[in-house]
Amino acid sequence: MKYLDEYRRGEIVQRLAAEIARTVTRPWVLMEMCGGQTHSIVKYGIDRLLPEGIELVHGPGCPVCVTALETIDKAHAIARRPDVIFCSFGDMLRVPGSESDLLVLKSRGADIRVVYSPVDALKIARENPDKQVVFFAIGFETTAPANAMAVWQAHKQGIRNFSALVSHVLVPPAISAILESPLNRVQGFLGPGHVCTVVGYREYEPLVERYRVPIVVTGFEPVDLLEGTLMAVRQLEAGRAEVENQYTRVVQRDGNLAAVELVHRIFEPCDRKWRGVGNIPMSGYRLRDEFRLHDAERVFAVEEISAQEPAECIAGLILQGVKKPHDCPAFGKTCTPQHPLGATMVSAEGACAAYYAYGRHHVQAA
Amino acid sequence: MCLAIPGKVIEIADGADGMRMGRANFGGIVKQICLEYTPDVNLGEYVLVHVGFALGKVDEEEALRTYKLLEEIGALDELLGAEPPAPAACPIFPPI
Repeated sequence: MKYLDEYRRGEIVQRLAAEIARTVTRPWVLMEMCGGQTHSIVKYGIDRLLPEGIELVHGPGCPVCVTALETIDKAHAIARRPDVIFCSFGDMLRVPGSESDLLVLKSRGADIRVVYSPVDALKIARENPDKQVVFFAIGFETTAPANAMAVWQAHKQGIRNFSALVSHVLVPPAISAILESPLNRVQGFLGPGHVCTVVGYREYEPLVERYRVPIVVTGFEPVDLLEGTLMAVRQLEAGRAEVENQYTRVVQRDGNLAAVELVHRIFEPCDRKWRGVGNIPMSGYRLRDEFRLHDAERVFAVEEISAQEPAECIAGLILQGVKKPHDCPAFGKTCTPQHPLGATMVSAEGACAAYYAYGRHHVQAA
Repeated sequence: MCLAIPGKVIEIADGADGMRMGRANFGGIVKQICLEYTPDVNLGEYVLVHVGFALGKVDEEEALRTYKLLEEIGALDELLGAEPPAPAACPIFPPI
């Protein structure tokens, strides 16, 4: 496929790896922000191509993983209602809540439907006027334009039986939280290419000034990931801390203005609790008051739920780049994709699930 | 979740609800996409699609330019006969 195959060419991958080896004089720890990048890195063995001393740790950029347990439980409470058709992206179905998951609820008779796009949920609402259709609106900045459009169209077209359970998260406040943690080891970031396709990278510029860490906006293919790594390593070796853009074929500094405009029209920033990490100030989006008719939390007045994570799961430390999946005694033993203890094992983009899928549970920590 | 893939726009049309819609070809698989956020895209151009929405155009000139640069990485050393350090063995990509 055009724009994919070229960026998987082994010859260029090898040259980039050699160039990184030539550039490095001391150890560095880099974090890739996005779960899609984590998946690619483990799938293609990118981390194993890097010279010793360059460590990639995996960031909290999988929205499925970081959606708070309380929100999952809220989703389950709403999905159980007989008057509700609950629509979700497929990867949320097996995320464990306190008691069960959406797939189990579906097997018990709840009307839960997997949609490819939030627009599909809107269509279901139009076709089922006697039902409340609730869309589980999770995601980072990448998904916000699609979710915003669904709410905007429901509002404009007067589709009153459509609402969204919003649990949006934002990358820059998470970067700040990681860098301000006393446990932090990260010295540079591979920035999230698709998030920046939407919002651009202006908001990353104050971060590199403030924390003196390089951020290289990076794509998702092997060549992209290695070039992003090379650019970050060159900055670190030269003592620079700048925002650079590796993913120039798609990302512009200002992002997609039309998308950002609608996102800001529909959503406003709010504090958000991240699963495994805790509350991060102003790190999420919620619906503006104007769209409260389409806000599932208000429509269904779900009570504040407090929930407890399994004690043996270290997903929180993995999401902050402090630990790796194979540091967890449960990894691949009591915790597998079939029986996940925590969300990083559920989504294909969770670090634990990616390590498991590509056989890393058979290997000891390097 | 933030998976977005490049597809070639093969149809542009106004949807039933007034949204600018279209269809894109992803290496043989054709899907309907929303083009509201890419008002300037033309037939035959590539867009990056996430959950059914085109989020931006793939800039063909920029892709070509940076790809050429990538192809030249390490090439100078080869011309000069310098020995590049051997990268770690990779189970997926064969050596050059």
